[in-house]
Order: sequence, then C-alpha cells, then structure tokens
Amino acid sequence: MDSKLEIAKSEPIWNTNNRVISIIAGLVILLFALPLFGMNSFYLHLFIMIFMHAVMAQSWNVIAGFSGQISLGHGAFFGIGAYATSFFYMEYGITPWISIFFGMFVSGIFAVLIGIPMLRLSGHYFAIATLLIGISFQVVFQRWDLVGAASGLWVTMTPEDSWSALQFHSSKAPYYYVFLMFFLITFFLVWLLSRSKLGYRLRAVRDDPQAALSLCINVSNYKIIAYVISAMIMAPMGSLFAQYILIIDPDRVFNIEISIIVLLITVLGGIGNVWGPIIGAAILVPISEYSRIYLGGTGGAVDLIFYGLILMIICIFRPNGLISFIPKDILERKKQR
Amino acid sequence: MKILTVENLSKSFGGIHANRDISFDVEEGSILGVIGPNGAGKSTLFDLITGFTKPDTGKVKFFDKNIFGISPDKISNLGVGRTFQKLKPFADQTLLENVMIGAFVKEKDIKRARDRALEIIDFVDLIEKRHHFAKELSTGQRKRLEMARAMAIDPKLLLMDEVTGGVDQKTIPGLVELVKKLKNTGVTIITIEHNINIIMEISDNVLALDQGKRIAFGEPKEIQNNKQVIDAYLGTFDAA
Amino acid sequence: MTSEIIIQAIVTGLMMGLIYALIAAGLSLIFGLMEIVNFAHGEHLMLSMFSSFWLWSLFGLDPLFSIPITILLLAFCGIITHYFLIRYILKAKMLIQICATFGLSIFIRSIAQLLWTPDFRNVDKPLLEGRIEIGSVFIGQPQLYASLVCLVAFFGLYWFVTKTETGLALQATAQDRHAAEILGIPSNKMFAIGWAIGLGCVGVAGGMMANYFFIFTDVGINFALFAFVAVALGGFGSIIGCLYAGIIIGLVESLGGLLIDPSFKLLYVFAIYLLVVIYKPQGLFGRY
Repeated sequence: MDSKLEIAKSEPIWNTNNRVISIIAGLVILLFALPLFGMNSFYLHLFIMIFMHAVMAQSWNVIAGFSGQISLGHGAFFGIGAYATSFFYMEYGITPWISIFFGMFVSGIFAVLIGIPMLRLSGHYFAIATLLIGISFQVVFQRWDLVGAASGLWVTMTPEDSWSALQFHSSKAPYYYVFLMFFLITFFLVWLLSRSKLGYRLRAVRDDPQAALSLCINVSNYKIIAYVISAMIMAPMGSLFAQYILIIDPDRVFNIEISIIVLLITVLGGIGNVWGPIIGAAILVPISEYSRIYLGGTGGAVDLIFYGLILMIICIFRPNGLISFIPKDILERKKQR
Repeated sequence: MKILTVENLSKSFGGIHANRDISFDVEEGSILGVIGPNGAGKSTLFDLITGFTKPDTGKVKFFDKNIFGISPDKISNLGVGRTFQKLKPFADQTLLENVMIGAFVKEKDIKRARDRALEIIDFVDLIEKRHHFAKELSTGQRKRLEMARAMAIDPKLLLMDEVTGGVDQKTIPGLVELVKKLKNTGVTIITIEHNINIIMEISDNVLALDQGKRIAFGEPKEIQNNKQVIDAYLGTFDAA
Repeated sequence: MTSEIIIQAIVTGLMMGLIYALIAAGLSLIFGLMEIVNFAHGEHLMLSMFSSFWLWSLFGLDPLFSIPITILLLAFCGIITHYFLIRYILKAKMLIQICATFGLSIFIRSIAQLLWTPDFRNVDKPLLEGRIEIGSVFIGQPQLYASLVCLVAFFGLYWFVTKTETGLALQATAQDRHAAEILGIPSNKMFAIGWAIGLGCVGVAGGMMANYFFIFTDVGINFALFAFVAVALGGFGSIIGCLYAGIIIGLVESLGGLLIDPSFKLLYVFAIYLLVVIYKPQGLFGRY
C-alpha cells in the first residue's frame, strides 16, 4: 500500500513531453526568424492578425473556458484599449507604451464594476449583460465628442518610424515583433495561470460552483478575478491594433464582430484549453483574411455565414473543439493507465 | 465538547416547512446519524448547516462561533466539510485534481497540495485511479472521491449525505468501513443514511426527522424502540 | 415641456411595451421549458418581418392577412431549430448552449444579408394606416392595432399554457422533464411544441410590426436585447412577468428618450437591468 503511495508521490506533477517542448521551442525560433526571410507585407499582416486574434481569444478563454462565464461583449475591452492609447497620445503626447497600461487599468475597473453585480448570478444574466455592454460602448463612443464621436480618432503620424510612438511606416516587421512578444508573453502567463492554484480553483468554479463553495472557494470572487484578468489581456490588443492601423472609430473597435470572433476562435480551437485559441486563430484568421481578398468587402456576410455554421457544428459534434482530436497524453494532462 | 449546536432551526419554502424547530447537538469526535423518510428534510438540514440555503430562524453554532446564515465558503473555511446527495464531482478533471482543489485550502504549494491529496486518495483506497477523470469513475468511487475532497480541506466536522445511497450491495460494506476509518482519525461526522442497520451500527447518536420536524434524538437503542420513529418508518426496520 | 408630450410618450411606450412583452414571452416560454436562452430570437423576429414583407411584395398580400402564414412559417422555423440544433445540445453545458444559439443568430443574420442585402425596406400603403387623435394625443393606427393584437396573443398564450392540456403538459415538462416522461409526456415533442409556440409569438409581433417598421437584416438586434432584459426582469421562465417587464421597458425607453436623449435608449434599459439585477436578482415577479 505504502509503496503505491510513494510511487505516486515520486511522479512529476506535470508530464513533460520532451518532444512537445522541442517542437514548441522550434516554432518560437521559427516565428522570430520568419521576417528575416523577406516575407512580403501580406504575410506579415496575416501573422500579426493571427497573433492578435490568438491573444484576444485567449482573453475570452480565461473568462469563458477557465471560469465558465460567457461574455458576449468582449469587444468592449478591445475598444477601451484602442481608445486609451490613441486618445492619450493625441491629447497629451503620452507614449503608447504607457497608455497601454491605462487601457488595461480602465478595462480592469470596468470588469469589476460589471462583474460584481452580474457574476453573483447564474450565467445567463452575465451573458445578457455583456451583450448589452458591448453595444452600449459602441453607442456611447459614437456620440462622445471628446473622442471624435462617430468619426473616431486619427492618430497623427510620426514623420519616421518611431519606437517611442509605436509607429512604423516603412515596414510591418517591427509590428510583427511587437505582436509576437505580446503573444508569447500572454500565452506564457496564461499557461502559468492554468497550472497555478488559481487555475485549479477557477476550473472548480466552472465545473461545479456548489462543490467549489464546499471547498472554501468564494465562487463569485473567483469569477470576478477571472473577468478582470480576461479584460486586462484584451485591452493591450486594442492598443496595439490602434497603433497598427492608426485610425480608430467606434464601428471598428467596438464592433460586435470582435466579440463574435473571439468566441468563435476559442470554441473552434478548444474552449478551456490554453492551446485552443492558437489553433482556432491559426485556422480562422487566414480564412477570414483570404475571404476578404477574394470575396471583397461587400457585405462581408459570406465569412459570417461560415462562422455561424462552424459554431453550431462544433457545438453539436465537438464541444471541446479541434484540440480534442489530439490525444490528451500528448498534451500536458498526464496519464498513466 | 460540543462541536455543533443547533437550536430551533427553521426553514420554509413558500409556505411549506422543510425544517421546523430542529434542535440537536453533536459531541466532538462522535458520529451522528440522521434518519427519516423521503422528504423529511434531511438534506435541507445539511444545506442549512453548511450555508447552502439561508435558514429563516434559529441558531447554529460551530464550537462557540455563530454560523447561522453565513455563506458556504466561509463555513467550509472554518472546518466544515460536506458531500452531496446528488454527487458533484468536477467531472472534467481527474480524481487527483479534484482532491487537490480541496487540498489547496491547507497547502499553498502545488507539490505539497499534490502530496497531501495523494495521501488522502490513498486513505480512501483509490490511489490507482488517481489519474482517471471523475466522470469515468463508478458511483461508489465517486462517493469516495467526494469524501476525499471534503477531507482534503481538513475539516473538524464532516457532513455526509447518503454515503451508501445509489450503490450496489457489494460496495456498501467498503464504504461503511471507510466511514469508521474516518471516525478514527478524530473527525466528527454527521451522516444521512437510509439503511437503518448501518446507522445503528456506526452512530453514537441518532436524529430522526419526519415532515421537517425532529421526532427523536438520542442513542441508537432508544431510537430503535421509539414509537414515533417506528410509526414514521412503519415497519421499514424489518425491510432494511 | 407640456403634459401632452409626456402623455404621448407614455402611450407610445405602452404600445411598444406590449410588443416587447409578446416577443419576450416567446423567449421566456422556451427558457422555462429547457433552460436555453434563444440568442437568435432577434433574428427570428427579423425573419418574421421579412416573411410579411415578401408575402406583400411578391403576392400582394397585406401584412394583416399574411399574419397566419407568418405565424405558421415561424412555428415551422421553431420546429426546425429544435430538430436540427437544440435537441443535440439539450444535455450540453450552458456554455455550449449559449454558443450554439449565438452561432445560429450569426448564421441567420448573415444569410439574410447575403440574400436580401442590408437595405431598408418597408411595406407601402398597408391597410392599417394613418393615425387617430384622442384629445391632443396622436396614436398611429398600425401601432395601436399591433399592440392590441400582441396583447390578445399574449393572453391567448397565457390561457394556452395554464388552461389547455398541451399547455399543462408543457408546464409539467418545464418543472421536471423526467417525471413528465414517466407520466407519458414525451419531452422531445414538448420541446418542439415549445419552440413552435415561442417563435409563433415572434411571428405575431413581427407580422404586425411589418405594417409600420423599417425591415432590414439587423432590425431584430434591439428587440432581442430588450426581450432578454424583459425575461430577466420578469423572472426567467415567467410568462406573466414578461408583460410587466415589457411595459416597463417600453415606458423607460420612450420617457428616457423624451426627457434625456433619444440616442441613448439602450443605455436606459441597460440601467434598469443593472438596477433590478442588483436589488432583486430573482426578477421582479419571481417564477410563475
């Protein structure tokens, strides 16, 4: 009897599959090297969009996948981030590197304000509230003169590439690296989170709130924590996106489509799984970018039809997403049968 | 020393009295068995003590601390663990992860929480199943999982809702042994049981409920001969 | 500001409120039955308005006469929705249920956009036209009849659910589908009926609104949002609660628009939602 316990105790806590680690390391090096091979600007753009959407979906994954609360208005935090950098740069000349944190902070505050009343209740209340919030932000910003109302903010262009203003006109490669860094950092942090005590407790809250309560877990506080973390991951992507396109308006950065696509990417890739958002983004973003090229911007409805269809099919047949095709023992969940 | 004192505890749902004026106390280190026909208010009583349902009136004291109407997470934090009649494992997580979530209450460090969880899993004899997902376990194993998870928070008082309910005859003796083993560790236990023989075997005291009211409270022998209890059960003593 | 204007706003709000109430009642019925929020409710409303529009534009059928057809189409649509989507996700996690109906809403709306373009349309010269004047208050005839029809339909629904055998079977299924199955009530059939009736309500509302509302592919979004709020205010699953909640929302919308700023109507309704959820989370009227 004791020996079995000793064997169990001597197991590593996490299965480390060396092959997976080397594949990931190789991919990271490859991602850093890619622009050196002279990628044209379309491919740079494609990768930037994949990084950005992967992080946005990861943000949604933290609230929905880890703690089980559906937010249907996550675009709000994206927009806050976008407006934070553009506004403070235009009005006060504050470098985006600082105002990114303003955006995160404001997003976090909003998440607390929304989370405290809504996350005490069953998930439907929260889903409906977030849907309303997403649209409310768009409505308010469309009419808020201080931030340019419906025409938005046109960021003054620096004459030359500038790291301090986070503007690059001659090449997209610097943007590529900035997005790549945020992507890697976010995924690393969320990966740590999923393995931490907090991560365990969030999954408990998601799987059975009542059982979690019986284990000293203050369920609503943990949901709020997850929502705040999620909001603070989303905001910097808005900030970087604003720096990337340099023109933002409510219809673009508060568009409900943002809330839709983060949900879609995560559900497609695998909700509740740290790697799900990467898989989802790597598949959906190219589809969306290519369809934009080949089908044109007219209506843009075709890719949405496709999105809606995928979402339903995944929900019916593969609720755990594409990642569930990969055997569990290859990923981090250890298994010894 | 009294670990739990309940006085005149009442709760009604829209005019229906689920619990009415219930009083009893539990001595530290003992086992209290709670019996009563279906709908007698046994599970409601558990919910009231552990804070899952807000009681209307009465007093609930854990040692000297008033826990009437406090939220469940705070009550469990004081050292009151529980299992559920309708089992609530974290289905998409392994047995080990389930118990670790409880173990985090006492151990902040992952490795130490893991080791603590393993010891408890070993205690409930499921060490070989540690990497199985909760949804893959049998009902009896999930009962053990819930007990292990509740033990992981290192409770002084453990409320167990129908340890032997819904499992087949072969599994019952093992679960009963486990309850006895658990008692030997010094934890106080309140258990709801349908099987009257088991209650008589393991309990130091028995609380009998019927239609939300206490009809008897005392040592198993007294209860066995109590007329009201016999009436309420109407001969089920023999059937059990 | 004169009292006439305020009375005018109250009347307008009341009339809109009755329509919201019926739309919400359909949503609430479905929720009460299977604890699923139909996030495509607004798109279903849009479909009913388009059904009315096309019946008028292709066959010259006035919206008033095409109402039965629209109701049947929507009821059919509900059965299809249940058959092809909902029955697969009945046992899924809430997360997946929300994503699935949300996916349906995206799907329907974008298909409609592809087929019918995002243009605004309206029915020219319907039978119900013009307005009547009571004192100094003007009431649009189509609006008036729409709200009256919705009110009648609402009480019809309420009668159906509380008095008829099928309605009682629906309620039994809502309370405990396993117990109901033991009594010989097939829950799958009940769910399909629930969807048919729930969307039938939307058919009534959409058909009547086609008389005076602009018809476009995004038209349902705001209505659906208000219906979600109404269902939460009325207490999830409560049908009669929807009536009060719908009226409250209609009044808040029109009075807020009059007294403060019409472009922030959504925010007022949202504020009500927040307030109710904070102070009375079980909804204003509890369940049933």
